[in-house]
Amino acid sequence: MSGRRSRISEEEINELISKLQILLPDNYHHRHRGSSRASAATLLKETCNYIKSLHKEVSELSGQLSELMAATDFNGAQAEVLQSIFRS
Amino acid sequence: MVALRFLRALSLVRCSGPGARSPSYRARGIRRAAYACMAASAGPRRAWSRALLRKIRRRPGRGLRRPRAVIRRRRPVGGGDPLEVALRRLVPGGGCMEYCRLLEEAADYVKCLAMQVRLMQTIVDSASHVNSID
Repeated sequence: MSGRRSRISEEEINELISKLQILLPDNYHHRHRGSSRASAATLLKETCNYIKSLHKEVSELSGQLSELMAATDFNGAQAEVLQSIFRS
Repeated sequence: MVALRFLRALSLVRCSGPGARSPSYRARGIRRAAYACMAASAGPRRAWSRALLRKIRRRPGRGLRRPRAVIRRRRPVGGGDPLEVALRRLVPGGGCMEYCRLLEEAADYVKCLAMQVRLMQTIVDSASHVNSID
């Protein structure tokens, strides 16, 4: 199973895995496991779940935006958003 | 900046048919615009953004014909690890790359996705705010 992976150093993989761990939000964080392999598998699973939930949020927000655009004067909202983005 | 690009795309969606399209059609267009803007802002240096743009702009004869980007026809990696396979399916363009590269791409993709979600939430919040003032 890991024939391909042995060409890349275990160290590099662990480094990337810890980078991924930093990106996951707090509610996906679990306490550190003993062996790095177990935590790698957990992290992969959490990353997959996180990506799936982000995809779902994009779909939901698209729906909300679609409703809002029908209902409001969107140009006013746009200007306000731009201002708030540039201010922050 | 991805915010400006996305807002511009949103204004185009509105002009193309206020009232003429169903909300769900518009929602799909907005979602497509979200991924397109996200990928366009990330630029061609990332495999996931290239793969996303290829998927979205799949129309013949429409720009982006860079021979270098097309060549990568390695056969898809048949992994033994179901988690790795799952990740490859979730990250655009993740089918053929090395494991190490997959993790890098996944990290960048997650970062940009999270930013896009925050951006859209901000827009929804201010649009609702403007709505409630009237």
